[in-house]
Amino acid sequence: MNKKPLASLGLALTAILAMSGCGSAASSNVSSTEKVTIKYSNFISNGGNEKNLDTIVQAFEKANPNITVQVTTLPYKDYTTALQTDLAAGTQADTFDIEYANLRSYVANGAVAPLEGVDGSKYKQSLLQSYQSDGKQYALPSSFSDVILYYNKALFDAAKVAYPTASWTWADETAAAKKITDSAAGVYGDFQNVSFYEFYKALAQTGGKFLNDDGKSVAFNSPQGIKAAEWLAGKSGTTMPTPAQGAGTPDFDTKLFKDGKLGMLHSGIWVASSFADSPKSWDIAVEPGDTQKASAEFSNAIGVSANSKNKAAAQKWAEYMTSSDVMAQTRISAGWELPATSDDSVLKPYLAKDKPANRKAIFDALDNVALPPVIGDNQQKMVDIINNALGEVEAKRSSAADALKGAADQINALLK
Amino acid sequence: MTALQDSRSGSPGPTATTKRHRGPEVRRKTTGTRLKYGLTVAVFLIPSALPLLFFTIIPMFSAFWISLNQWNLVGPMKWVGLGNYGKLIGDPGTQGAFLHTIYYIVGYLPLVYIGGLAIALALNSRIRGRSMMRGLYFLPVVTSWIVVALVWRWLLNPSTGIVNWLLGLIGVTGPGWWTDPAWSMPSIIVASAWKDLGFVMVILLAGLQAIPEDLYEAATVDGAGRWRRLFSITLPMLSPSTFFVIVLSLINGFQVFDQVYAMTGGGPNNSSQVVVQQIYDLTFRYGRAGEASALSWLLFLFILVITLIQVRGQKKWVHYA
Repeated sequence: MNKKPLASLGLALTAILAMSGCGSAASSNVSSTEKVTIKYSNFISNGGNEKNLDTIVQAFEKANPNITVQVTTLPYKDYTTALQTDLAAGTQADTFDIEYANLRSYVANGAVAPLEGVDGSKYKQSLLQSYQSDGKQYALPSSFSDVILYYNKALFDAAKVAYPTASWTWADETAAAKKITDSAAGVYGDFQNVSFYEFYKALAQTGGKFLNDDGKSVAFNSPQGIKAAEWLAGKSGTTMPTPAQGAGTPDFDTKLFKDGKLGMLHSGIWVASSFADSPKSWDIAVEPGDTQKASAEFSNAIGVSANSKNKAAAQKWAEYMTSSDVMAQTRISAGWELPATSDDSVLKPYLAKDKPANRKAIFDALDNVALPPVIGDNQQKMVDIINNALGEVEAKRSSAADALKGAADQINALLK
Repeated sequence: MTALQDSRSGSPGPTATTKRHRGPEVRRKTTGTRLKYGLTVAVFLIPSALPLLFFTIIPMFSAFWISLNQWNLVGPMKWVGLGNYGKLIGDPGTQGAFLHTIYYIVGYLPLVYIGGLAIALALNSRIRGRSMMRGLYFLPVVTSWIVVALVWRWLLNPSTGIVNWLLGLIGVTGPGWWTDPAWSMPSIIVASAWKDLGFVMVILLAGLQAIPEDLYEAATVDGAGRWRRLFSITLPMLSPSTFFVIVLSLINGFQVFDQVYAMTGGGPNNSSQVVVQQIYDLTFRYGRAGEASALSWLLFLFILVITLIQVRGQKKWVHYA
């Protein structure tokens, strides 16, 4: 084969790559009368809230006749992959959803534009601050949610067990789960994913820490860590279905709960709107702790792409989607995730609704929040390592001590 | 390559003679005619050459460029030279992925070849409804991998699957299949062999039908039995088809991905993590596009070397009639 054409092709490609790298200078000098279309890529409305998002979009377009919002909705499972691919190709939307755990990496890589002139007083301060870096606001919180304990009252009544309360501990939960479980009838007492997102929280509930204070090494390889891993993994096959029985597949747990075959479910408030009247009577409580209470709090935010051509219009939409009254009312009447508003009176109608009756638990849970450990670029790798280790403990192929030691070595290597 | 050329030049047929005659004429033609000829060829090549250029050649060299950099898909690239290659070679995850891929091939190839051969032999004899049977065996080949993988995942479900239920009837406790690291790869191998049987069958069937009937007649007259005819006539005469099947299966085997992604996702605990799944994870889940591109090139070179060895080695056992 002749080598010259190959070499020149290689050079041409190099040139193409180099050009595409620096061809993304943005301009935001759009006059206020010019009609613009901005794109919004999201996962927050996926799975039942698409119409509610549409309501907010229409209200925004009515208030801003010269801006059209073009919405793309993706399932949460595919969202991060799709966004990363878009960022790599430079085809990302003007505004897009951002998860707290990924913000650090997007800021470090210059993917999101700093937002100036935002009226910060409209937002819940703790949430607003979590999307700041070096004194700049890089995204606006659109909602917050937390994880609580759902329970089926009928199953508790049938097993003659008192309903969960805010003072419950792991021991109470285990005792109730055992009484409710009836393998012959396909009824399970409990469900909690054996995964990273439950582990860091369980760790906090038993008084442990995931990372050391300097963030340079892990701390979960401890007696508390072992206890947390055993607490989660030990449910599998006793009071909870195993992966072979379907645990871990999408919607398996919520379907089991809807079918009236699950006593307790650890899940986020985002699934509440799908339960309605199935099962017939259900309620929620703050998750039981071990030595202390700890609940997982999640928030989503919207950022503006650093290479958007219409940054001003994009930021206008981002602010509307995160702080307008229309947005807050729509979210509350639909039982969507809660708006990150500073105005507690907006949340009052939410508390007054029934089903679940104990909505106060959602706010009580926020008194003791455990935030996910964040390590930057290797975040997903860390999540996978923990999930693999917990899977080994769950399948009884490894002791919790051995699995956590292995995971600690691998994650420490990532932190170096 | 040389082997192929040798076998061709070994039999100077009429084409070789005509070429020798035409040779000087072509050289005498004017540049204008030659240009016209070249353009005609180019026009005919464009429909396949353009996609090849844009979807294979250019991405290949872009990937090589990326493989010399550290890149998380979002930020700017950082030049690291051959650093990614060095990092991969020493990485236990990569070594594991290569080992799992080889494990897959070692399990899959004999299964799919012997199974395909058995079906081809059976369907080459005069039995009733054989065209319908051929069609049936080929059906899985044209079915989407995602569908096949989900069905196999369901069949092999450790607690509710049919396979373990059947095993239970004869008193055997079925294994954990895709929930057990020791069984995840065998699960994938069985599903893959089942899906590809039909393809191997078709290739071998074509090879079988090209074997002249009189060879068998002569052998029977000389007193050769069934097995003797299989090993002394069928298998040697089938060797070009066998060679084709093996080369293709090895290349596809090293690139195994769809069934792994859909059946186990590389788990449990990375026990079925293969090279292409590793490339996918590195790029889209871990944001290490540089390492992923380097791994793609390592895989390409690995397949190239294996295939070259096979082409060299065929001289020893492939018989072209």
